[in-house]
Amino acid sequence: MISLNWVKDYIDLEGEDLVELADKVTKAGINVEGVVTNHINNLVVGEVLECVDHPDSDHLHVCKVNVGKETVQIVCGAPNVRAGLKVIVALPGAVLPGDFEIKAGKIRGEESNGMICALFELGLEEKTEETYNKGIEELPEDAPVGMDAMEYLGCDDTLYELDVHKHRNNDCYYHIGFAHEIGTVLGKKVTYPEAKYDEVKDDVNNYVELKVETDRCPFYLGKMVRNVKIGESPEWIKKRIIAAGMRPINNVVDISNFVMLEYGQPTHFFDADKLGKTVLVRDAYADEKLVTLDEVERTLSPADIVITDGNVPTCIAGVMGGMNTEVDENTKNIFIEAAIFDAFSITKTSNRLNLKSEASRRYGKGLNYEYTIAAMDRCCALLQEYASGEVLSGTVLHDTVDKTEKTIDVTTEDLNGVLGMHMTNEDVEKQLDKLDFPYELNGDTFHITIPRRRLDVEPNKADLAEEIGRLYGYNNLEDTLPVVGTKRGVYVGDVALRKSISKRLRQLGLTEVRTYTLVPEDVANSFNYDNKEVLALPNPMSSDKGYLRLSLLPSLIQTYEYNKARKVENINIYEIAKTYDKDYVEDHKVAMLISGTYMANAVNQVNVKADFYLLKGIIENLLKYLGFKNRYDFQKVEVKELHPGVSASIMIDRKPVGIIGRVHPSMMKDNIYVAELSMTALYNLKTKPLKFKEASKYPEIKKDVAFVVPNELTNAEIEAVIKHAGGRLLDNIDIFDIYRDIEPGKKSMAYNLTFKDDTRTLSDEEVMQVFNNVIKEVESKLDAKLRG
Amino acid sequence: MKEKVEQIISQLQEDIKNVKTTQDVVDIKAKYIGKSGLITDLMKNMKDYSPEERKEIGQIVNVAKNEATELIGTKEEEINKAILNEKLEKEAIDISLPATEIATGAPSILEKVIEDFEDVFMSMGYDVVDGPELEEDRYNFELLGLPKGHPARDAQDTFYVKGDELLLRSHTSPVQARVMTSKNGDEPVRIICPGKAYRRDDDDATHSHQFTQIEGLIVDKDIKLSDLKGTVTVICKRLFGEDTVTRFRPSYYQFTEPSVEMDISCFNCKGKGCNICKNTGWITIGGAGVVHYDVLKGCGYDPNKWSGFAFGFGAERCAMLKYGINDIRTFYNVDLRESKVFDRKEEQ
Repeated sequence: MISLNWVKDYIDLEGEDLVELADKVTKAGINVEGVVTNHINNLVVGEVLECVDHPDSDHLHVCKVNVGKETVQIVCGAPNVRAGLKVIVALPGAVLPGDFEIKAGKIRGEESNGMICALFELGLEEKTEETYNKGIEELPEDAPVGMDAMEYLGCDDTLYELDVHKHRNNDCYYHIGFAHEIGTVLGKKVTYPEAKYDEVKDDVNNYVELKVETDRCPFYLGKMVRNVKIGESPEWIKKRIIAAGMRPINNVVDISNFVMLEYGQPTHFFDADKLGKTVLVRDAYADEKLVTLDEVERTLSPADIVITDGNVPTCIAGVMGGMNTEVDENTKNIFIEAAIFDAFSITKTSNRLNLKSEASRRYGKGLNYEYTIAAMDRCCALLQEYASGEVLSGTVLHDTVDKTEKTIDVTTEDLNGVLGMHMTNEDVEKQLDKLDFPYELNGDTFHITIPRRRLDVEPNKADLAEEIGRLYGYNNLEDTLPVVGTKRGVYVGDVALRKSISKRLRQLGLTEVRTYTLVPEDVANSFNYDNKEVLALPNPMSSDKGYLRLSLLPSLIQTYEYNKARKVENINIYEIAKTYDKDYVEDHKVAMLISGTYMANAVNQVNVKADFYLLKGIIENLLKYLGFKNRYDFQKVEVKELHPGVSASIMIDRKPVGIIGRVHPSMMKDNIYVAELSMTALYNLKTKPLKFKEASKYPEIKKDVAFVVPNELTNAEIEAVIKHAGGRLLDNIDIFDIYRDIEPGKKSMAYNLTFKDDTRTLSDEEVMQVFNNVIKEVESKLDAKLRG
Repeated sequence: MKEKVEQIISQLQEDIKNVKTTQDVVDIKAKYIGKSGLITDLMKNMKDYSPEERKEIGQIVNVAKNEATELIGTKEEEINKAILNEKLEKEAIDISLPATEIATGAPSILEKVIEDFEDVFMSMGYDVVDGPELEEDRYNFELLGLPKGHPARDAQDTFYVKGDELLLRSHTSPVQARVMTSKNGDEPVRIICPGKAYRRDDDDATHSHQFTQIEGLIVDKDIKLSDLKGTVTVICKRLFGEDTVTRFRPSYYQFTEPSVEMDISCFNCKGKGCNICKNTGWITIGGAGVVHYDVLKGCGYDPNKWSGFAFGFGAERCAMLKYGINDIRTFYNVDLRESKVFDRKEEQ
């Protein structure tokens, strides 16, 4: 939260419409998400002229209140309301926090034209038992009746709620930084606050010796303030702190927070008497312990940076101080630390300890040493003024900060080259002035110095183009297209295969669905027909999203159930998605589910039901489309989740690439059929190029034959023998009839065989010879007899 | 002879009135012009006549035969037509009965949006690339200017799978890093990479821990921010209509500099202000920018020679805006009644 009253300390905003300003700031790249004003209409200072008990209540009072223009009757329940008191009155039409609108009405029969308020009801204090018991706010006697109450309280403020991109959150989340951004937008200069104080002639170096034994602390500045008096902060500091969303505690703590919110630089106050003579900054030892200010014992690691008294830690750098050096109500002497620590380390430590504070966040974003020094001076000045402290002379300082200035030489042409704009040198000068970036223009070259407060701006063309471009305005951008070579865009890698499969399955009547990759453990282990190990997330959000699925089928079954529950019939769906196993191996899968009716017309007796053979047909159609004709077959397989008699492994070149079957009746009582193919396996198989093949000019000869075979013998087994025996001339085998139980335990299987030669007309004799051979082979190799 | 012929013809004209069926036609043909029909018979005793007479008779009989054939033929045609008409009448169906519905499937709504992007970008020479969803930290963060421990990293938002090395990609940008690093810094890049990404978000109407990004990248010579704007305008016109206008607002992203937020003019109210655009006339549609120096460098390109832009759209957001969908979970808990509607072509 940025308080605009506060920002006004550093930049002149006289006459600016703050809502419009928020829009301007947003358009320049810092997103002001909300403009909150705590101005409340119809809220005035009033004087209670008369106060009597409500005739119909044991705690309510009926008051006559002078609100300036008139005197109104208000019923009030506060125990401290009395005649002569100056109060805050919300008149009808006032809308209090929580969208609570005040209306004129009657309370237990007595007219009430408003409400006498407590501070918590105005959002100026938290609602606690304490503030509630305080009752209504009692204003000083000299409060002018009729005046706007918020204005009287000095709380009439406008707050900006920022949603700042990570880049800029090191310089836009403190008031001076944000004042600079407003200055940039408006082209106005920022004035820094004064920080003057007197020093007593006693050097801090007489009391504290600073040693820094880590390279993760480039800057450490210490000063000492003696004889502070702990007490309440002045109202203006309290108001600022509340406005920015923090809670006032006491003058010393509040000053530290105030300066942090002002300069973005956190400081830490040690009780100097508890601290001892040494301040040693070093990496923590493994398993070193410190009880932090929240009274929790923390176990440290060498990844952490600590402040120590030479032996034991007194503070986890940038994260939280230790109990052993805490400033408390008896503290007299304070050692102030203003430092810069390695940002990554602070973030890591605060994440590991789950200790995140305004301070640790700011350390974690990087700091500007100029403001570290300014913040120290500001702390000393405020402690002198508001805590009666005596500032000792001298500082303890460790400073290895690289102070080389960030400069860059750039031309307007360079900037236009990045942006595609048509700015002139004058345009660029204007924007640099607004940015308050010092520069010299030599010929056409700008020599620009980047101020340290802009940690995010690096000395390169693109960064400068961004800063200047955003101010010049992206509304000046034209629509151009890249001037690049012409080429055809292609699907790279398995994307082409995925697209082909997806489109084909849609043509075949299946609708694409998308489901979640992360599933609960039982789902992840379902349909694990390849016996892989499931990959678990080490830190899941919840147990129902704790595992990476191995198969898409459970998700399709879930989609089936979801639709069935919504009375959707004939669910025919597919999904293509990646799966990962415990060894992180990827398997891109295609899953299908069919159920109900595939195609029907009741009036016209068309009824193609979803069954095993329909799904088999879809798969064969797909595989043929992909170029696998004559290379696939189906083998019986056992998959726990599939019907043992209605399931198969899908093979290409005799290697399994997937499964097909009816979902096991114990799992789903509905007849639903599923299949899953490994697209990764298909992708790794080569197919022949597509070629034209002339249709045979010679006639084909067809012969029918039927065999009586045991019920268990499969079509595939019979066809295999026929195919082998038929040799080169046998072009096609079609099964056209099955007659089960033609005799006990036996069935009849009837085939139509097609004989053909692409180069000549076949004679009846040679066909008969082959045909007879087929019969002979089937009878001799299988338990089969020609059906008479 | 002439009289005889005339008599036969008039007899035929009488007889033909009673011809009703195809059998009657066969009979009448046999009676007059068949092998021993009345007219054919007239030629039987020709040898009794002189050659001149034969010639004359032959002529008369031929004329008569032609006439008879024509008469019968006309009648036959008439009868066939009647029979056909009767048959057609019998075969007539109730065309108002329901059709046999042909099984066809619909794409996921997200896939439909992705296909729109692919159409536009492939025609402009962009390849469509995919990458692993289980991704290395290096590609997901480090090469994109976010080294380990970098404060701008969304460590808490990311699903780590193995220590801090492997994760479920939190955006599709690692595909860009993979493609760039594979080119040894000396080939241009033009890709889009639609795909899934994951973040630790609690699912609700507007958040989803699994979502679909459509990112694009070009790396070439002299690529400018205005080229990005023109490119974005092309795709937005395709998605939201030819009269769509695009606008850039300054923004900040780690991988791009300058960075922008992309807005389109509201396709619903055309800028007048409505619910969809929250009365601003503009809708934010994605983020983009000029590829950051560090990203180019990190991926092997000399930033002084090469430049590029990158953009990212949310497929869900595009679909929600375009088709008026209010709940992001619609895409992952598919109700087929909602989904099947999308088996349809659209005006482009």
